[in-house]
Amino acid sequence: MAAILLSLGVIGCASTPKGFLKPSEGYLEKRQLQIRQYDTTNEEQIISAVAGVLQDLSFTLDESETELGLVVASKKADATSKGQIAGAVFLDVLAAFGGSYSNNAARCDKSQVIKASVIVKPSLEGKKTMVRVTFQRIVWNMSNQISRVETITDPQIYQRFYDGLSKAIFLEAQQV
Amino acid sequence: MRKRIKYYNILVASFFIITLSGCATPAGKAFETNESQVKLRSIQTRAFDTTDKKKMMQTIISTMQDLDFVIDKADLTLGSVTGSKFLGQAVVTMTVTVRARGEKQLLVRANAQYGISSVEDPGTYQDFFTALEKSIFLTAQQVD
Repeated sequence: MAAILLSLGVIGCASTPKGFLKPSEGYLEKRQLQIRQYDTTNEEQIISAVAGVLQDLSFTLDESETELGLVVASKKADATSKGQIAGAVFLDVLAAFGGSYSNNAARCDKSQVIKASVIVKPSLEGKKTMVRVTFQRIVWNMSNQISRVETITDPQIYQRFYDGLSKAIFLEAQQV
Repeated sequence: MRKRIKYYNILVASFFIITLSGCATPAGKAFETNESQVKLRSIQTRAFDTTDKKKMMQTIISTMQDLDFVIDKADLTLGSVTGSKFLGQAVVTMTVTVRARGEKQLLVRANAQYGISSVEDPGTYQDFFTALEKSIFLTAQQVD
Protein backbone atom coordinates (compact mmCIF):
# COMPACT_ATOMS: atom_id res chain seq x y z
CA MET A 1 0.00 0.00 0.00
CA ALA A 2 2.78 2.38 0.94
CA ALA A 3 4.53 1.54 -2.29
CA ILE A 4 1.40 2.35 -4.30
CA LEU A 5 0.97 5.69 -2.54
CA LEU A 6 4.63 6.48 -3.04
CA SER A 7 4.52 5.64 -6.73
CA LEU A 8 1.37 7.76 -7.20
CA GLY A 9 3.02 10.61 -5.37
CA VAL A 10 6.16 10.35 -7.47
CA ILE A 11 4.18 10.30 -10.72
CA GLY A 12 2.18 13.31 -9.61
CA CYS A 13 5.36 15.20 -8.85
CA ALA A 14 7.09 14.38 -12.14
CA SER A 15 8.56 17.78 -12.88
CA THR A 16 10.06 19.30 -15.96
CA PRO A 17 13.60 18.06 -16.50
CA LYS A 18 16.38 20.62 -16.81
CA GLY A 19 18.92 21.16 -19.54
CA PHE A 20 16.73 20.14 -22.48
CA LEU A 21 17.58 23.37 -24.29
CA LYS A 22 21.30 22.61 -24.29
CA PRO A 23 22.83 21.36 -27.53
CA SER A 24 23.25 17.62 -27.26
CA GLU A 25 26.54 15.98 -28.05
CA GLY A 26 26.88 15.14 -31.68
CA TYR A 27 24.73 17.99 -32.97
CA LEU A 28 27.44 18.76 -35.52
CA GLU A 29 27.11 15.27 -37.01
CA LYS A 30 23.36 15.82 -37.16
CA ARG A 31 23.98 19.01 -39.13
CA GLN A 32 26.00 17.01 -41.64
CA LEU A 33 23.11 14.63 -42.04
CA GLN A 34 20.49 17.35 -42.38
CA ILE A 35 22.26 20.03 -44.42
CA ARG A 36 23.23 20.20 -48.09
CA GLN A 37 24.53 23.20 -50.04
CA TYR A 38 23.75 24.07 -53.64
CA ASP A 39 25.84 26.24 -55.97
CA THR A 40 23.24 28.88 -56.61
CA THR A 41 21.99 32.06 -55.00
CA ASN A 42 18.53 31.57 -56.45
CA GLU A 43 16.68 30.65 -53.25
CA GLU A 44 13.33 30.78 -54.96
CA GLN A 45 14.37 28.05 -57.40
CA ILE A 46 15.53 25.82 -54.53
CA ILE A 47 12.44 26.36 -52.40
CA SER A 48 10.10 25.50 -55.27
CA ALA A 49 12.20 22.40 -55.95
CA VAL A 50 11.80 21.51 -52.24
CA ALA A 51 8.02 21.84 -52.52
CA GLY A 52 8.21 19.72 -55.68
CA VAL A 53 10.25 16.91 -54.12
CA LEU A 54 7.94 16.80 -51.09
CA GLN A 55 5.04 16.32 -53.49
CA ASP A 56 7.03 13.63 -55.31
CA LEU A 57 7.33 11.83 -51.96
CA SER A 58 3.53 12.28 -51.58
CA PHE A 59 3.70 14.73 -48.70
CA THR A 60 1.07 17.46 -48.38
CA LEU A 61 2.17 21.00 -47.56
CA ASP A 62 0.98 22.24 -44.16
CA GLU A 63 2.72 25.56 -43.79
CA SER A 64 5.13 27.82 -45.62
CA GLU A 65 6.86 31.15 -45.17
CA THR A 66 8.88 31.85 -48.30
CA GLU A 67 10.57 34.98 -46.91
CA LEU A 68 12.25 32.82 -44.27
CA GLY A 69 12.53 29.86 -46.62
CA LEU A 70 10.34 27.54 -44.52
CA VAL A 71 8.25 24.69 -45.87
CA VAL A 72 6.46 22.24 -43.55
CA ALA A 73 4.79 19.13 -44.95
CA SER A 74 3.36 15.89 -43.60
CA LYS A 75 2.34 12.48 -44.76
CA LYS A 76 0.28 9.64 -43.32
CA ALA A 77 1.65 6.17 -43.86
CA ASP A 78 1.23 2.57 -42.87
CA ALA A 79 3.34 1.51 -39.90
CA THR A 80 2.50 -2.17 -39.65
CA SER A 81 5.30 -4.68 -39.70
CA LYS A 82 4.49 -8.33 -40.27
CA GLY A 83 7.10 -9.53 -37.78
CA GLN A 84 5.70 -7.41 -34.96
CA ILE A 85 2.10 -8.55 -35.54
CA ALA A 86 3.07 -12.22 -35.87
CA GLY A 87 5.01 -12.04 -32.59
CA ALA A 88 2.13 -10.34 -30.77
CA VAL A 89 -0.47 -12.82 -32.06
CA PHE A 90 1.79 -15.70 -31.04
CA LEU A 91 2.03 -14.29 -27.49
CA ASP A 92 -1.76 -13.82 -27.35
CA VAL A 93 -2.37 -17.41 -28.45
CA LEU A 94 0.12 -18.67 -25.86
CA ALA A 95 -1.69 -16.67 -23.17
CA ALA A 96 -5.05 -18.08 -24.31
CA PHE A 97 -3.68 -21.61 -24.00
CA GLY A 98 -2.39 -20.72 -20.57
CA GLY A 99 -5.93 -19.67 -19.64
CA SER A 100 -5.28 -15.94 -19.39
CA TYR A 101 -6.25 -13.04 -21.60
CA SER A 102 -3.74 -10.79 -23.27
CA ASN A 103 -4.03 -8.37 -26.14
CA ASN A 104 -0.56 -7.67 -27.45
CA ALA A 105 -1.93 -7.37 -30.97
CA ALA A 106 -3.71 -4.14 -29.99
CA ARG A 107 -0.36 -2.62 -29.11
CA CYS A 108 1.16 -3.24 -32.54
CA ASP A 109 1.98 -0.24 -34.68
CA LYS A 110 -0.76 0.63 -37.14
CA SER A 111 -0.20 4.01 -38.74
CA GLN A 112 2.19 6.92 -38.63
CA VAL A 113 2.40 10.58 -39.56
CA ILE A 114 5.75 11.80 -40.83
CA LYS A 115 6.42 15.50 -40.67
CA ALA A 116 9.13 17.21 -42.69
CA SER A 117 10.34 20.73 -41.99
CA VAL A 118 12.67 22.32 -44.55
CA ILE A 119 14.62 25.56 -44.24
CA VAL A 120 16.23 27.20 -47.27
CA LYS A 121 18.63 30.08 -46.63
CA PRO A 122 21.78 31.65 -48.01
CA SER A 123 25.02 30.07 -46.78
CA LEU A 124 27.28 32.03 -44.43
CA GLU A 125 29.53 33.44 -47.16
CA GLY A 126 26.44 34.16 -49.27
CA LYS A 127 27.49 32.40 -52.47
CA LYS A 128 25.56 29.20 -52.00
CA THR A 129 22.11 28.17 -50.85
CA MET A 130 21.77 25.97 -47.83
CA VAL A 131 18.96 23.45 -47.32
CA ARG A 132 18.27 21.82 -43.97
CA VAL A 133 15.58 19.21 -43.50
CA THR A 134 14.37 17.58 -40.28
CA PHE A 135 11.88 14.73 -39.94
CA GLN A 136 9.66 13.65 -37.05
CA ARG A 137 7.21 10.82 -36.79
CA ILE A 138 4.23 9.95 -34.59
CA VAL A 139 3.17 6.30 -34.51
CA TRP A 140 -0.30 5.03 -33.57
CA ASN A 141 -1.05 1.47 -32.43
CA MET A 142 -3.97 -0.78 -33.34
CA SER A 143 -6.16 0.71 -30.60
CA ASN A 144 -5.51 4.22 -31.98
CA GLN A 145 -3.29 5.38 -29.15
CA ILE A 146 -0.04 7.19 -29.77
CA SER A 147 2.60 4.57 -29.13
CA ARG A 148 5.74 6.44 -30.10
CA VAL A 149 7.00 9.90 -31.00
CA GLU A 150 10.50 10.40 -32.35
CA THR A 151 12.88 12.47 -34.44
CA ILE A 152 14.01 10.46 -37.45
CA THR A 153 17.77 9.98 -37.53
CA ASP A 154 18.02 7.28 -40.20
CA PRO A 155 20.60 8.58 -42.76
CA GLN A 156 18.85 6.70 -45.59
CA ILE A 157 15.72 8.82 -45.24
CA TYR A 158 17.73 12.04 -45.47
CA GLN A 159 19.67 10.65 -48.41
CA ARG A 160 16.46 9.81 -50.25
CA PHE A 161 15.15 13.31 -49.72
CA TYR A 162 18.33 14.91 -51.08
CA ASP A 163 18.55 12.52 -54.03
CA GLY A 164 15.04 13.57 -54.90
CA LEU A 165 15.87 17.25 -54.40
CA SER A 166 18.88 17.10 -56.74
CA LYS A 167 16.68 15.50 -59.38
CA ALA A 168 13.93 18.07 -58.85
CA ILE A 169 16.37 20.96 -59.23
CA PHE A 170 17.59 19.44 -62.48
CA LEU A 171 14.09 18.73 -63.77
CA GLU A 172 12.85 22.21 -62.96
CA ALA A 173 15.86 23.78 -64.66
CA GLN A 174 14.91 21.73 -67.73
CA GLN A 175 11.30 22.91 -67.40
CA VAL A 176 9.94 19.38 -67.01
CA MET B 1 -36.21 4.91 11.53
CA ARG B 2 -35.76 8.67 11.73
CA LYS B 3 -32.13 8.16 12.61
CA ARG B 4 -31.63 6.03 9.56
CA ILE B 5 -33.09 8.74 7.25
CA LYS B 6 -30.76 11.25 8.81
CA TYR B 7 -27.75 9.05 8.04
CA TYR B 8 -29.09 8.51 4.57
CA ASN B 9 -29.28 12.27 3.98
CA ILE B 10 -25.74 12.77 5.16
CA LEU B 11 -24.60 9.98 2.88
CA VAL B 12 -26.35 11.52 -0.17
CA ALA B 13 -25.00 14.97 0.63
CA SER B 14 -21.46 13.72 0.98
CA PHE B 15 -21.84 11.72 -2.24
CA PHE B 16 -22.80 14.89 -4.12
CA ILE B 17 -19.99 16.89 -2.52
CA ILE B 18 -17.44 14.32 -3.59
CA THR B 19 -18.71 13.84 -7.14
CA LEU B 20 -19.44 17.50 -7.86
CA SER B 21 -16.11 18.71 -6.57
CA GLY B 22 -14.52 16.11 -8.84
CA CYS B 23 -16.35 17.61 -11.80
CA ALA B 24 -15.27 21.20 -11.26
CA THR B 25 -13.43 22.19 -14.45
CA PRO B 26 -10.60 24.51 -13.52
CA ALA B 27 -10.52 26.69 -16.66
CA GLY B 28 -8.76 29.38 -14.68
CA LYS B 29 -5.89 26.98 -14.14
CA ALA B 30 -4.82 27.51 -17.73
CA PHE B 31 -3.86 31.09 -16.88
CA GLU B 32 -1.95 30.39 -13.70
CA THR B 33 1.79 30.97 -13.54
CA ASN B 34 4.16 30.44 -10.65
CA GLU B 35 6.32 33.43 -11.42
CA SER B 36 5.19 37.05 -11.58
CA GLN B 37 4.58 38.55 -15.01
CA VAL B 38 7.59 40.84 -14.72
CA LYS B 39 9.94 38.13 -13.54
CA LEU B 40 8.78 35.73 -16.24
CA ARG B 41 9.54 38.37 -18.89
CA SER B 42 13.04 38.92 -17.58
CA ILE B 43 13.67 35.14 -17.53
CA GLN B 44 12.44 34.69 -21.09
CA THR B 45 13.73 37.85 -22.77
CA ARG B 46 17.15 39.06 -23.97
CA ALA B 47 18.23 42.06 -26.06
CA PHE B 48 20.73 41.84 -28.91
CA ASP B 49 22.65 44.72 -30.55
CA THR B 50 21.42 44.20 -34.08
CA THR B 51 18.50 45.36 -36.22
CA ASP B 52 18.67 42.60 -38.83
CA LYS B 53 15.40 40.85 -37.99
CA LYS B 54 15.57 38.35 -40.84
CA LYS B 55 19.08 37.21 -39.99
CA MET B 56 18.13 36.97 -36.30
CA MET B 57 15.16 34.80 -37.17
CA GLN B 58 17.22 32.56 -39.44
CA THR B 59 19.74 32.15 -36.63
CA ILE B 60 16.96 31.34 -34.15
CA ILE B 61 15.66 28.71 -36.57
CA SER B 62 19.07 27.07 -36.99
CA THR B 63 19.72 27.18 -33.23
CA MET B 64 16.38 25.49 -32.59
CA GLN B 65 17.24 22.88 -35.23
CA ASP B 66 20.56 22.25 -33.49
CA LEU B 67 18.54 21.64 -30.32
CA ASP B 68 16.52 18.93 -32.17
CA PHE B 69 13.46 21.07 -32.71
CA VAL B 70 11.44 20.65 -35.89
CA ILE B 71 10.13 24.03 -37.04
CA ASP B 72 6.33 24.03 -37.28
CA LYS B 73 5.58 27.66 -38.11
CA ALA B 74 7.37 30.91 -38.80
CA ASP B 75 6.28 34.42 -39.70
CA LEU B 76 8.69 37.19 -40.63
CA THR B 77 6.19 40.02 -40.17
CA LEU B 78 5.18 38.93 -36.69
CA GLY B 79 8.71 37.78 -35.95
CA SER B 80 7.65 34.44 -34.54
CA VAL B 81 9.07 30.93 -34.83
CA THR B 82 7.39 27.87 -33.33
CA GLY B 83 8.96 24.45 -33.11
CA SER B 84 8.53 21.15 -31.33
CA LYS B 85 10.76 18.36 -30.15
CA PHE B 86 10.27 14.97 -28.55
CA LEU B 87 11.93 14.00 -25.28
CA GLY B 88 11.06 10.37 -24.68
CA GLN B 89 7.26 10.42 -24.71
CA ALA B 90 6.98 14.10 -23.80
CA VAL B 91 6.55 16.89 -26.33
CA VAL B 92 8.38 20.17 -25.89
CA THR B 93 7.02 23.12 -27.83
CA MET B 94 8.70 26.48 -28.02
CA THR B 95 7.77 29.83 -29.52
CA VAL B 96 10.43 32.49 -30.01
CA THR B 97 9.46 36.03 -30.93
CA VAL B 98 11.65 38.85 -32.21
CA ARG B 99 10.72 42.50 -32.07
CA ALA B 100 12.51 45.83 -32.32
CA ARG B 101 13.62 47.54 -29.13
CA GLY B 102 14.34 51.20 -29.88
CA GLU B 103 16.43 51.93 -32.97
CA LYS B 104 19.43 49.73 -32.35
CA GLN B 105 18.32 46.55 -30.65
CA LEU B 106 16.18 43.50 -31.10
CA LEU B 107 14.29 41.86 -28.27
CA VAL B 108 14.12 38.05 -28.36
CA ARG B 109 11.66 36.20 -26.17
CA ALA B 110 11.41 32.45 -25.82
CA ASN B 111 8.46 30.52 -24.37
CA ALA B 112 8.77 26.81 -23.79
CA GLN B 113 6.23 24.24 -22.72
CA TYR B 114 7.04 20.73 -21.54
CA GLY B 115 4.07 18.40 -21.87
CA ILE B 116 1.24 20.22 -20.09
CA SER B 117 3.41 22.47 -17.94
CA SER B 118 4.97 25.81 -18.81
CA VAL B 119 8.71 26.03 -18.35
CA GLU B 120 9.57 28.76 -15.85
CA ASP B 121 13.08 27.67 -14.92
CA PRO B 122 15.63 30.49 -15.60
CA GLY B 123 18.47 28.03 -16.28
CA THR B 124 16.61 26.34 -19.14
CA TYR B 125 16.09 29.65 -20.94
CA GLN B 126 19.68 30.65 -20.23
CA ASP B 127 20.82 27.47 -22.03
CA PHE B 128 18.83 28.51 -25.08
CA PHE B 129 20.20 32.07 -25.12
CA THR B 130 23.76 30.78 -24.65
CA ALA B 131 23.32 28.56 -27.72
CA LEU B 132 21.78 31.48 -29.64
CA GLU B 133 24.66 33.82 -28.69
CA LYS B 134 27.17 31.34 -30.05
CA SER B 135 25.36 31.11 -33.38
CA ILE B 136 24.92 34.84 -33.92
CA PHE B 137 28.25 36.03 -32.40
CA LEU B 138 26.49 38.66 -30.28
CA THR B 139 25.98 38.99 -26.54
CA ALA B 140 22.55 38.35 -25.12
CA GLN B 141 21.83 41.18 -22.72
CA GLN B 142 19.62 40.85 -19.69
CA VAL B 143 16.64 43.20 -19.86
CA ASP B 144 15.25 44.78 -16.70
